[in-house]
Amino acid sequence: MRDGVAALLAGTRVCVIGGSGGVGKTTTSAALAAGMAARGLRVAVVTIDPAQRLATALGLDELGNEPHRIAPERFAEAGLPLGDGELWAMTLDPKRTFDELIEKLAPDDATREQILANRVYRGLSDAIAGSQEFTAVAKLYDLAREGYWDLLVLDTPPSRNALDFLDAPDRLAAFFEGRALQTLLRGGGAGLRLIGRGTGLVLGLLKRVTGAELLSDLSDFFRLLGGLLGGFRERAAQVEELLRAEGTTFLLVTSPEREPIEEAIYFRRRLRAAGMALGGAIVNRVHGDEPGADGALADLPALLEGEAGLSPALAARVAAAFADEHALARRDAANVARLGERLGAGVPLLQIPLLDGDVHDVGGLVRLGAELFAVSDGHGAK
Amino acid sequence: MTGLSDKRLVFVTGKGGVGKSTVSIALGIAAARRGLRTVVAELSGQARAAETFGVSPPSGEEVRLGGDGLHAISIDMERAMEEYLHERAGRVGDLLAASRAFHTFAHATPGMRELLTIGKAWELAQDRRRVPGARPYDLAIVDAPATGHALGALRTPSTFAEIARVGPIANQGRTIDATLRDPAQTAVLAVALPEEMPVTETLALRRRLRDALGLEPAAVVVNACLPDRLGPRQARAAADALAQTKAPVARAALRSALSEHARACGQREQVARLAQGLDTVPLELPYLFVERLDAAALGTLADRLEELL
Repeated sequence: MRDGVAALLAGTRVCVIGGSGGVGKTTTSAALAAGMAARGLRVAVVTIDPAQRLATALGLDELGNEPHRIAPERFAEAGLPLGDGELWAMTLDPKRTFDELIEKLAPDDATREQILANRVYRGLSDAIAGSQEFTAVAKLYDLAREGYWDLLVLDTPPSRNALDFLDAPDRLAAFFEGRALQTLLRGGGAGLRLIGRGTGLVLGLLKRVTGAELLSDLSDFFRLLGGLLGGFRERAAQVEELLRAEGTTFLLVTSPEREPIEEAIYFRRRLRAAGMALGGAIVNRVHGDEPGADGALADLPALLEGEAGLSPALAARVAAAFADEHALARRDAANVARLGERLGAGVPLLQIPLLDGDVHDVGGLVRLGAELFAVSDGHGAK
Repeated sequence: MTGLSDKRLVFVTGKGGVGKSTVSIALGIAAARRGLRTVVAELSGQARAAETFGVSPPSGEEVRLGGDGLHAISIDMERAMEEYLHERAGRVGDLLAASRAFHTFAHATPGMRELLTIGKAWELAQDRRRVPGARPYDLAIVDAPATGHALGALRTPSTFAEIARVGPIANQGRTIDATLRDPAQTAVLAVALPEEMPVTETLALRRRLRDALGLEPAAVVVNACLPDRLGPRQARAAADALAQTKAPVARAALRSALSEHARACGQREQVARLAQGLDTVPLELPYLFVERLDAAALGTLADRLEELL
């Protein structure tokens, strides 16, 4: 596998990138997208929360909830000409995307206006469970439908719940049951009883613990959104179909620390439960090791003084730094081995070495890309 | 910045992956050593504090850790809801909590999860506890979500108060919001890594926190700072040696030290950038070269965090 990550993306139209926070997902997504654009493809990367400098570097601080084409000069200058390829990028605005979704699904103007004006919707639309995750994949679906790009790369929200969109249809069913509740609240509910004394008691209690106005706004909220349920379900089904399609690849990004690796294993389990395949895992920031380091540690200060001519003080410090890095390399190797074991030999695993500097501009993306597209499957033994 | 030991509630937040949980638990250890009856509250089913001390309590239950007055709880939404309803409406509230209709309604209500979570955190820090028989804490430390979600959650009580206007939830929302906005009671502790993105996010947090609650971060902690073992002169000597040495292990060792030095320098720049943007000196925690962060390692970090109390 000489092509590194490119081999994982052969025939891929949609790439969804998962993983916990702080592992370099956004930079990996962008570097991967740039590298594929340099291979002649039209690529769009959808990011969730890019760092300020990177956003500026890629022109992502422009307004609008649509992809913008990045000037090829920015990459040519950094040593990665895009040739016939194109790189587009956008930052997802979840609240706005959800509003757009409402606009598409509302049966008429009046309903749309009522929803957008509802106090619960306005104050809390971004707190609707799973909405952030759902809007990310809903946007992905819209872009895929446009049919312009050869490859779409989605950088998912950095949370354990990144796969909550898989549960979207069930969550939306909650709205439906809210609708049943709405019927109850209007006093006509059948089959919903609390201690057999009818609906008045429930309503009274609800008012007692929440407040009459809030209850009224919530009722409207459930009723209005419940009316869109058919549309939501349909959209969710379309999204799910896209995620299961043959041209869709899931990649996992992690770092070699214990927690991100645990999150990665969890992510894999969720995917499996949903019947979706993992196309590969990328482990960032791996500490490199030196063969034979173990045995050499004891004599190292003497070696450094003798062979390298260092002062005793400097030799001691260099030896200590090396011993610490070696310990980290061993830790990393053990964690990566554990991940490899859990993923199984069928899932390619790419290890990216710890780079000396941050990735915060186009130059950094190109450097990271060079690693991503050069490395081979690092499963198990070295 | 006044000491955290004077507060009742501390929310620990920062970019994903910077070590919020680590800092929360270590701060809890430091506070308990100081003689404060302390609870570390975790969210989203996490119970790392208890795990560190080899305890596995049921979700939503307060448990004691170790010898000092340190406790932990993994906040459970269902229990928080039950506690609230029981307080509001006694036995009838219990029935409501058990009702499937109400359950569905609560789950479907946007922001309810965040309201219950912040509400429970608030309750832990009250002199009058809602949980029967529970004793008050001197300090409640909340291992909060990442910046964006944490700020959203902290705004939820006032959002509900605005929407509801009148009634029990409106009142509760206003009461909680008042506590959150009071710098004498509530502190937000920002955790960063000495890297570009976390520092930028921490600087943005300052502005966003002011907008959301009118608060300044009470403290800023920079986690995982590499030691700078080589000064500039020694780095040059090492680089010279690398150019001339052929022995592979010696070369590897020199490369290792120089690489760490380069990263440590980069980190120092980021810490300086952070300090400048905040008008304050952040507290630096050392990178721990250990396999796992066990109670002993956390104790070392607690030693450093002591000065924030």
